Amino acid sequence: MARITAGIGSSHVPLLGVAVDQGKTRDEYFSPIFAGYDWTRDWEKQQKPDVVILVYNDHASFFDMKIVPTFAIGCAERFGICDEGWGPRPVPDVEGHPDLAWHIAQSLILDEFDMTIVNEMDVDHGLTVPLSMMFDTPKTWPTKVIPLAVNVVTYPVPSGNRCWALGEAIRRAVESFPEDLNVQIWGTGGMSHQLQGPRAGLLNREWDNKFLDMLVGDSDAARWIPHIEYLRETGSEGIEMVMWLIMRGALGKKTRCLHRHYHIPCSNTAIGHIVLEPEA
Amino acid sequence: MSELKPTQNIHEYLAEFDDIPGTRVYTAARARKGYWINQFAMSLMKAENRERFKANERAYIDEWNISEEGKQALLARDYNRLLDLGGNVYFLSKLFSTDGFSFAEAVSTMTDMTFPEYQDMMKKGGRSPQGNRSIKGGY
Repeated sequence: MARITAGIGSSHVPLLGVAVDQGKTRDEYFSPIFAGYDWTRDWEKQQKPDVVILVYNDHASFFDMKIVPTFAIGCAERFGICDEGWGPRPVPDVEGHPDLAWHIAQSLILDEFDMTIVNEMDVDHGLTVPLSMMFDTPKTWPTKVIPLAVNVVTYPVPSGNRCWALGEAIRRAVESFPEDLNVQIWGTGGMSHQLQGPRAGLLNREWDNKFLDMLVGDSDAARWIPHIEYLRETGSEGIEMVMWLIMRGALGKKTRCLHRHYHIPCSNTAIGHIVLEPEA
Repeated sequence: MSELKPTQNIHEYLAEFDDIPGTRVYTAARARKGYWINQFAMSLMKAENRERFKANERAYIDEWNISEEGKQALLARDYNRLLDLGGNVYFLSKLFSTDGFSFAEAVSTMTDMTFPEYQDMMKKGGRSPQGNRSIKGGY
């Protein structure tokens, strides 16, 4: 039986990808950010996940305004790397797991989550930056990946409660897959940041840390945070944090924190990172 | 199953967004208004389109169904105006990259600060949420 063994939350700021690609991860600016991921990189070498369900958002890279899926699951064998205007990141293509992806897609639809199925897709920094943070610069990624793209750009975006419930349904789907697979789920994006308008640059260390606290233990209070609270407290792009709730929902009633990291700033953004495991 | 909550009223949901200082939430109304501004910006993902745009910006923009006001805002790189006209920052960022600007530098032009001032604010912990959460509430 496949099982979800751990969850990771992480920011996916594009500048982190630039730092990796240009070998600057240990310079004065980036060192405190990357040092907070050292623990996780070592831990992943022992965990060796077979598949990562990677929850992220596309930033007008593959999807434009023609089609705006709320929840899209990537079922392809392979995903290419988007050119986001500065040329594609020099990272390996991402290998999918179509058997598990299709199994999850079918199970979710029966479970009343009407997913968009994507059979050809390139992925942007939202997906590749977390891979670089957790696995550094390998020739091929050491895990297969099921991309799960969430609309967090055009409002209304899905509610926190809906995201959490989707995570719960993903857990049920994974546990009904017959093959013995070690599956992780990652929620990415955030933490506080605003990239637009006169209020740009807003960061909120206190709120972000309260949010990290809420992911640990048996509370499900975070699923009820309304969109307006993310917008007021964490900036217009802080809403990406709803994607962390899909990860949290998939870990079951109770979690244990294995590792946690927070740093301000990276470009316009607060960096947050957490490693959780389900606790019976 | 978790407790069921009543569906939120869309009018009340949207009205709250207007109470956030210095912020244009990318609502369906803005997405409709700015559709061609955003699709124009998206076209700059292709190198050949970037070259045609750089060779003659006005001629390239004229190929798109964008209002004269929108065209002027694009030519002037007036990003706050473009947000008002329904532009979204992830689409507009294709224009940043075409111009060779970093995301942070382009974002700083939407504030009342110079780029060095903006960078300095970020290094010191960013803009405080204090007083920046609500126009009506002033908190």
